[in-house]
Amino acid sequence: MTDLTKLSIAEARDLLKKGDITSRELTEAHIASVDAADALNAYIAKTPELAMEMADRADEKIKAGDHKGMTGIPVGIKDLFATKGVHTQACSHILDGFKPEYESTVTQNLWDDGAVMLGKLNMDEFAMGSSNETSFYGPVKNPWRRGDTDTVPGGSSGGSVASVAGFAAMGATASDTGGSIRQPASFTGTFGFKPTYGRCSRYGMVAFASSLDQAGTITRDVRDGAIMMESISGFDAKDSTSVDMPVPNFEAALTGDIRGMKIGIPQEYHLAGMPGEIEALWHQGIEWMKAAGAEIVDINLPHTKYALPTYYIVAPAEASSNLARYDGVRYGLRETVEGGGLVDMYEATRAAGFGDEVKRRIMIGTYVLSAGYYDAYYLKAQKVRQLIANDFKMAFEKVDAILTPTAPSAAFAPGEKSDDPIAMYLNDVFTVPASLAGLPGSSVPVGLDANGLPLGLQILGKPWDEETVFKVSGVMEEAANFTAKPAEWWR
Amino acid sequence: MSNIDKATVAKIARLARIKIEEDKLEPLAGELNNILGWVEQLDEVNTDDIQPMSSVVDAKLRWRQDEVTDGDKQESVLKNAPNAEYGFFAVPKVIE
Repeated sequence: MTDLTKLSIAEARDLLKKGDITSRELTEAHIASVDAADALNAYIAKTPELAMEMADRADEKIKAGDHKGMTGIPVGIKDLFATKGVHTQACSHILDGFKPEYESTVTQNLWDDGAVMLGKLNMDEFAMGSSNETSFYGPVKNPWRRGDTDTVPGGSSGGSVASVAGFAAMGATASDTGGSIRQPASFTGTFGFKPTYGRCSRYGMVAFASSLDQAGTITRDVRDGAIMMESISGFDAKDSTSVDMPVPNFEAALTGDIRGMKIGIPQEYHLAGMPGEIEALWHQGIEWMKAAGAEIVDINLPHTKYALPTYYIVAPAEASSNLARYDGVRYGLRETVEGGGLVDMYEATRAAGFGDEVKRRIMIGTYVLSAGYYDAYYLKAQKVRQLIANDFKMAFEKVDAILTPTAPSAAFAPGEKSDDPIAMYLNDVFTVPASLAGLPGSSVPVGLDANGLPLGLQILGKPWDEETVFKVSGVMEEAANFTAKPAEWWR
Repeated sequence: MSNIDKATVAKIARLARIKIEEDKLEPLAGELNNILGWVEQLDEVNTDDIQPMSSVVDAKLRWRQDEVTDGDKQESVLKNAPNAEYGFFAVPKVIE
């Protein structure tokens, strides 16, 4: 019998529909695979009993002819999506013991379609990190290693990518604030998709930076991404920034035909000091697009170099405000001080509950929003952010999609960048601009570097034009024919 | 522009309600200065006549009827509280 964990979502969907396999079988195989992948530390809470119940319900649905793309498909859920009665802590100590009384809209959409939850996935604490080293539950290991050396899976959706690359989930939810879907996808040879801001509801997602946060997916291929994205997307009255637009059939956009399409190459993304092999792979990607009949157009995004500094004002500012709610009163951790009062409790709780990177960002955010500094930092950053968005707007008058590398390096070793915040922030240099502009984008695995580590290329589209991003991603995937798999050392 | 000293770190920590030990103030000042020094490259960008971004997508905030749509969930609301008494959140004594 074939290994059910190696199927794609699309293959499993078709077999389930035909009755050749059941969700029970598929889910059992994945529960075993989740247990076998403990060494990756991708799951921080497993829900095997719930998964079997959901699988049985899915099998009944299928029998009754009620079959959708995600029905019966076992998935992992990033720890920042509220799941009723199940561990939801955004991998922070400060949410200790928190089990929400409600369900996030993104996960509810999946369950309504009959998907199966395997458990909650590790991530950087409050999604603040690019290597999954800031989690309270310890770092995630990348299934891909550099020889015998461990590498980080990227972040913040490190558990999402490790579980999918390690065959311990068919797909996973993820979230992007500055690149937390695309960068880890690039590090693990998976397909990451971030939709337009407003496409998915943020209801029930633990907030980091509300004007940037957006849900998305990690899957092993482009078609699976289209199937899963369609399930989680859609208008939700419970999120005031959710936009009331019909959700297209993303899978139908995978026509394989990009003839005549204009693909932009931003000159500012040629970074000094970037590894030659990433530059070469980007060039290869351009050649593939040409061969598929697309027209390549050089474009300029002149404010690109200001995207990261802008992000590191806007995101910490919003985080300092969002994370003010963790005070030891209503949920999670509470630390009291002998003989102390309420403020002592706040200060002790937050000192014990937040990790170093989260504290650093709250401090930066508090500072840039404090009296006398608001105009110089936050207002200035929101103006530059507008210029960055304008750059993209002008570029998209000339092109249909934009092609860039996803990240300036392949996966690095643990500890390699964790002592230098700015070096860590530079991981997101290619992903942050599109996050600031709210654009849809993907990372498609296209090759391996000299150390045998995966590399991805990023495809960006116009607002609400996820279909073009999927279409171009599909053609890229086909041309790259990336079939490498990590050696399963963790089993 | 930014020159954060120990006293400023202590003030920010107080505003952020995070207890920072005395011996951590100095190193944190260094880290914050590094990051702020780096973001200050934004000063070279001319932003005269540029409106600050207020929403990343062209979407109007929706209106709805001003009516109660949710509630009566005292038990749910208090379920995760570290300490709840008599149907309220309980905190250390506030009044002397």
